[in-house]
Amino acid sequence: MSRLKSNPGFISILASLASIVIGLLFGFILLLVLNAKNAPAGMANMLTNGIKDMGNVLYNAIPLIMVGLSVAFAFKVGCFNIGASGQYTMGAVFALFCALKWQLPWYVCLLAAILGGAVWGMFPGLFKSLFNVNEVITSIMMNWIGMNVSVLWVSNFSQMLAPNPDRTMALDAGNPSAILPKAGLDSLYSYLNIGIIIAVIVAVIMWVIIAKTTFGYELRACGLNKNGAIYAGINAKRNVVLSMVIAGALAGLGGGLYYLTGGGQFKLEKEILPMGFNGISVALLANSHPIGCIFSAIFISYLKLGGIAMQSQGYATEATDIVTAVIIYLAAFSLLLRLTIIKFFGKEKKEVAKQ
Amino acid sequence: MTAPAWGSIINLTIAFAVPLLLVALGGMYSERSGIINIALDGIMIIGALVSCLVLRAMSNAGWGKTLLSSQFGLLIAVVVAGVSGMVFSLLLAFAAINLKADQTIGGTALNIFAPAFSVVIAWAVQGKGLTDIEIPKWATLGYKDLGISGDVKADFLPNLFKSFHITVPIAIILLAVAWFVLYRTRFGLRLRACGEHPQAADSVGINVYRMRYSGVMISGFLGGVGGLAYVLVAGTSFGGDVAGYGFLALAVMIFGNWNPGRILFSALFFALFKVVATQHALFPFLPNFKGLKEVSCLYNLIPYIFTLVLLIFTSKKSRAPKAEGIPYDKGMR
Repeated sequence: MSRLKSNPGFISILASLASIVIGLLFGFILLLVLNAKNAPAGMANMLTNGIKDMGNVLYNAIPLIMVGLSVAFAFKVGCFNIGASGQYTMGAVFALFCALKWQLPWYVCLLAAILGGAVWGMFPGLFKSLFNVNEVITSIMMNWIGMNVSVLWVSNFSQMLAPNPDRTMALDAGNPSAILPKAGLDSLYSYLNIGIIIAVIVAVIMWVIIAKTTFGYELRACGLNKNGAIYAGINAKRNVVLSMVIAGALAGLGGGLYYLTGGGQFKLEKEILPMGFNGISVALLANSHPIGCIFSAIFISYLKLGGIAMQSQGYATEATDIVTAVIIYLAAFSLLLRLTIIKFFGKEKKEVAKQ
Repeated sequence: MTAPAWGSIINLTIAFAVPLLLVALGGMYSERSGIINIALDGIMIIGALVSCLVLRAMSNAGWGKTLLSSQFGLLIAVVVAGVSGMVFSLLLAFAAINLKADQTIGGTALNIFAPAFSVVIAWAVQGKGLTDIEIPKWATLGYKDLGISGDVKADFLPNLFKSFHITVPIAIILLAVAWFVLYRTRFGLRLRACGEHPQAADSVGINVYRMRYSGVMISGFLGGVGGLAYVLVAGTSFGGDVAGYGFLALAVMIFGNWNPGRILFSALFFALFKVVATQHALFPFLPNFKGLKEVSCLYNLIPYIFTLVLLIFTSKKSRAPKAEGIPYDKGMR
């Protein structure tokens, strides 16, 4: 037990759990303030609705895992990938273009999704390493460019559009071979497919790359102390570009996995998809650990599904986003939270928190 | 091009430039003090939400029947928007200054919080499913209210003042104030010092924490007013988002090199392209790309690509505050 208490992984799991509890408490207080009578039932809906429909939770967790991994991977190199949304959008559009225009099978479409995301992630990486431009601002620009390009692109290929031209054609009608195989998972939820397995495998691969390879070591070194890494002979510029390309590819794959299903229709809305920002939540809740991203993505997906059930009690679905926002706000000073937990155990092991 | 078209173009450009100008100036105050304020989008939403609720309450109470009461009501809404934005920005200031948290993450949390909060509150106030808060018609002045006569179809002036909001003169005043405060007052010099080299500022007795709090709070005020300014020109109701104008304002601020005068120029530039994108029928000389759908998206791309290209050329001599984004720690050397 004492070894467990000083284990940094254990501490960060505790810190995440603590911020979840505080976030939920804040949400409950808000519900109480808004409508005290319905608050307990509303909260119960938020917390239990997902159990009935775990297949749906898993299906919606697929893109969350991928964008979460994308943000987490970039974090390891000290980059804040706020552009996951644009990369996700481009991944989706690349995949759907291959599926609907060129009638290609699903695995080729997934490769296209990876390519689309990687290209969109490459620009912030290049700008940062070549011109020393902050990746946050380039990522935001790339989000807007991606949104406009995607609408422009899709709306000008009538083969991609559904009879209602504000969205892409359903793959059932457009190209059934581009739908990801279901492998029996559809017994859980009709849209669930091997996407969840792919996402979990990718998360494990990312963990191996970050924790067990020389490349991953170099990336972490750049993130912890860029000048130190350069002094040790690590090519920091190349690593920044590579990590942003990989982060983009992960988010792009998420877009592909989400939309290559029977019912996934890409809507031509002229706003930035919120998925990229959800990815930030997933990554922060997981403390940027790839395996942790799987669990935090499932948690956030579970909460979101619960939010839909809250409507029956007269609360807007968005109440769950408030809980998420509080959790992220706490994650911003997670170091403080972790130090508090360590102090709570009566051991002032500051070096543990720094790890 | 005809006189009415010129009038409309100038009117719309100014209308869209005003929120960008206000919010970008807000971002400038915050960044000049050393805090990256990525939460501007969320601050705009909170400012818009609270002031729209106030306007709604006024309308229900029977305000706005006369020109004077409508404009006085709007003035109150502007102050309310600013103060609510300021209060909301305290969350960022507390995390970034006292807790030395990651400023980008803290700001992202506020950006996720604000639109969700806005919808939840709108439901709670107006009833289930009613996300949109209607803006009273009296908030917008037409050219006739301003005493301008003429034919909308033929003359320049009626088009120039086709819709007018009190936020336009307010923005111009706040721009002048921003320039004066930043370059002509002791406070401005100290604020800039905290963004460039807080340790040096501290060594001559400036309270860095207090200066940074001021920077973030002023930016919260301007962000909130900008949120209301956006809602007034964007449509007839507020639905819990500001279409990413807070992020656009960040681009305007960078394009404007953290300098009030250049921020005005870049706000007008971004707004002009917004008008080109949405109303390209007003510009007969522009290619209309026959056969291409959603041409507006093509024109919408231009300011972003411009900013990216500009970032390449200006990165070497960028005037970005040197200490922005770095939490100030007294004990650090």
